[in-house]
Amino acid sequence: MASRQSRAAATNGPRDAVVVGGNRIPFSRAGKKYADASNQEMFTAALEGLVARYGLQGERLGEVVGGAVLKHSRDFNLVRESVLGSSLSPATPAYDLQQACATGLEATIGVANKIRLGQIESGVAGGTDTVSDAPIAVGEGLRRALLDAQHAKTWQARAKALAQIRPGDLKPLTPATDEPRTGLSMGEHQAITTARWGITREAQDEIALASHQHLAAAWESGFFDDLVTPFRGLTRDDNMRPDTSAEKLAGLKPVFGRSLETPATMTAGNSTPLTDGASTVLLGSREWAESHDLPVLARVVDAETAAVDFVHGHEGLLMAPVHAVPRLLARNGLTLDDFDFYEIHEAFASTVLTTLAAWEDVDYGKNELGLSGAFGSVDRAKVNVNGSSLAAGHPFAATGGRIVATAAKLVAEKAAETGRPARALVSVCAAGGLGATAVLESV
Amino acid sequence: MTDRYTKAVNSGFTQTLAKKLGLPRPAVLRRYRAGDSLTVGPVLVVSDGASKADADAIAQTLLGWDLDVRREPTDDVRWGAVVLVLTEATAPTDASEAVLATGSVLRRLAGNGRVVTVSRAPADGDSPALSATRHGVDGFLRSVAKELRGGATGNGVVLTDDVAVDDPSVLGTLRFFLGAKSAYVDGQLLRVGPTADGVPAADAPEPATDRPLTGQVAVVTGAARGIGAAIARTLHRDGATVVCVDVPAAGEALAATANAVGGTALQLDVTAEDAGERILAHARERHGRLDVVVHNAGITRDKLLANMKPGQWDAVIAVNLAAQLRINAALLEAGLEGLRIVSLASTSGIAGNKGQTNYAFSKAGVIGHTRATAGLLAARGGTANAVAPGFIETEMTSRIPFATREVARRIPSLAQGGQPVDVAEAIAFLASPAAAGVNGQVLRVCGQHLVGQ
Repeated sequence: MASRQSRAAATNGPRDAVVVGGNRIPFSRAGKKYADASNQEMFTAALEGLVARYGLQGERLGEVVGGAVLKHSRDFNLVRESVLGSSLSPATPAYDLQQACATGLEATIGVANKIRLGQIESGVAGGTDTVSDAPIAVGEGLRRALLDAQHAKTWQARAKALAQIRPGDLKPLTPATDEPRTGLSMGEHQAITTARWGITREAQDEIALASHQHLAAAWESGFFDDLVTPFRGLTRDDNMRPDTSAEKLAGLKPVFGRSLETPATMTAGNSTPLTDGASTVLLGSREWAESHDLPVLARVVDAETAAVDFVHGHEGLLMAPVHAVPRLLARNGLTLDDFDFYEIHEAFASTVLTTLAAWEDVDYGKNELGLSGAFGSVDRAKVNVNGSSLAAGHPFAATGGRIVATAAKLVAEKAAETGRPARALVSVCAAGGLGATAVLESV
Repeated sequence: MTDRYTKAVNSGFTQTLAKKLGLPRPAVLRRYRAGDSLTVGPVLVVSDGASKADADAIAQTLLGWDLDVRREPTDDVRWGAVVLVLTEATAPTDASEAVLATGSVLRRLAGNGRVVTVSRAPADGDSPALSATRHGVDGFLRSVAKELRGGATGNGVVLTDDVAVDDPSVLGTLRFFLGAKSAYVDGQLLRVGPTADGVPAADAPEPATDRPLTGQVAVVTGAARGIGAAIARTLHRDGATVVCVDVPAAGEALAATANAVGGTALQLDVTAEDAGERILAHARERHGRLDVVVHNAGITRDKLLANMKPGQWDAVIAVNLAAQLRINAALLEAGLEGLRIVSLASTSGIAGNKGQTNYAFSKAGVIGHTRATAGLLAARGGTANAVAPGFIETEMTSRIPFATREVARRIPSLAQGGQPVDVAEAIAFLASPAAAGVNGQVLRVCGQHLVGQ
């Protein structure tokens, strides 16, 4: 009953928000091509490519929303500063948003919602991240002393404050993405989940191999010709290994879960590398797209975010999307069978596998998801058909934009090919036990 | 990309030194800036007796362009230009008086001055004397162009098919040669036919606006940098909405070009099977129409033929020639009204160049398909023309070894390389309504290079 009502609400509800297209820069492994590129430079470059592709020079968009996971405090207006450095009208508002690895997708959801409500006609959602140019903080002792010195009113007081500094305080704090509440890295967390679901090394390597092969094939076919603009001489994702093989992947040593009782299965090959990059997605109302003679790839049907208690509870850190999707589909009267494409962010190969395994598990469906049985199965041939983060790399906040643009183009192409509507499910897990999911549909 | 020598001999102490030493001093060419006068001084219009009526008509038009027009050679002015009208001369002796009158003012021709001949093309059935006279203008013009100094140029408007001198295309071409937009065009004779029916303009080859391409949509391939980027900027300046095309790998520079001209970037390899269809679809869906296509994308893979590898030959033919043919086929299939196609040829394709058999084949091929395509487009009021650049100062030519580059620069009559904008100006002219009667022609932008026609 509830689902029928929501469906009705969805049909008669607000107007559509559509994806016009996207643009990102090629993703690059940390410390390589973009080693000295800042978040702002990368996001501006992604934005400039988008503006050029869609002829948005001087255009006042409703807003530009995005963010970075590893962000310096001086970049408090990262996205606004990028807009000011772009060819968009300087009268385009912007704000920063951050939801760990779900930043890009959450930005898309936010912009789409404002469009649906009629608050804006158009907007750009995206994200950027650099591990190479990450901010480095000073130790707590030095930080305290510097702040005290700054607040001191006399030079004596200032000298006294600075005298507190000890040699040990000068050691910089390197940026860390470990979970603050558990002290475990994301990989160690996922290793626990992987073991719990009995995901094999072979199955993970298979996902990784498919990711590289699919991404390479998509590049070869020209799929990214209108989704990517080169940056700093890099024309394709440089993490991609079209020539990798099951043997090569099988030869890598496990890096996560080595202290667990079960055999460690997660390697550098089936985990995402640290990556630099930026991505954008252009959204608008149908009317806006039409009046600007712009194409429409897909509409943003609906979205759902979720969070799980990985600190005190027993759920895995990256399992939130597993909970979000059943709620999202129920609200829209959809089942797991109603999709042509499943874009499941490959934080690790095992993330995809634990997600699928949980949905297929009857007990899990009953006890954790509150369903009458298993949530459902996914046709593996429809998962990440053009590759995902294992091959492309994963500049945290930029991943959502990459996936949304890819999924939107996939459904548009599928619909053009078959003459029937096509639908994609997007799922992105994130640190903090967070997850964001969305449904895109061809128009 | 900067020509330090030309800079040095035109400024400061080095200028004085160069003068004293009698070094060749290539002039600083006057290039178009909105609002500048068309010529640098008064214009002398002279003709043979039989062509007097045509000369009068031209003089009237020049007056309408707010030029200071004179009909008698005097030595009290610095002449901006001489227009030598020989349209109705029928015997070699007819031209003498007007030609010598032209000569009498050359010493007082200002820097960046112009000599423009207006004559008729030889045709089948001409009497020997008439044919001799009309051919004679050709040799005269090319020679006088070589005698001009200080950045002055000589070019000729050659009327075909009984076209009248007051035809908009004739006047449009005359205006192009008189003005600064043809700065690096020298020693060239451009054939002009009648302006096709249905083309507006009548007595105004220069529209009231200085944006002759207003409302039009132009596609430029190879637009990421160099000459292509200059073409995009120039067409944009003239009012066109520009679709900037280049290979995906050049996307970063392409985006910069597109954003600079307020156009759209289309990352596309022109050698793709469906490149023509995709260009057409992009132009129509995003901008509603397509009026101008500039085939600028090109590559070089220089090798002596004896050392040429299949890949080097094939790549050049594929990009420079086969792609243009395939795209043109798609454009012709679409049956666009009034479509203007301008292709980049090269002086290498005219005169040949050692180490460039592949490039010269492709560029001579461009001239060939341009002539053949011209007739096909004419049926719908369109034109196909080619521009053949000589030595142009670009990123590409800056990689030529210093000595070779210096020689290439000094060989042309203007003793310097051209700028990308010089090529772009010629293309913008050929794409404009004022050039409606120019079809199937090759316009060289080479500063009157020694080789070839």
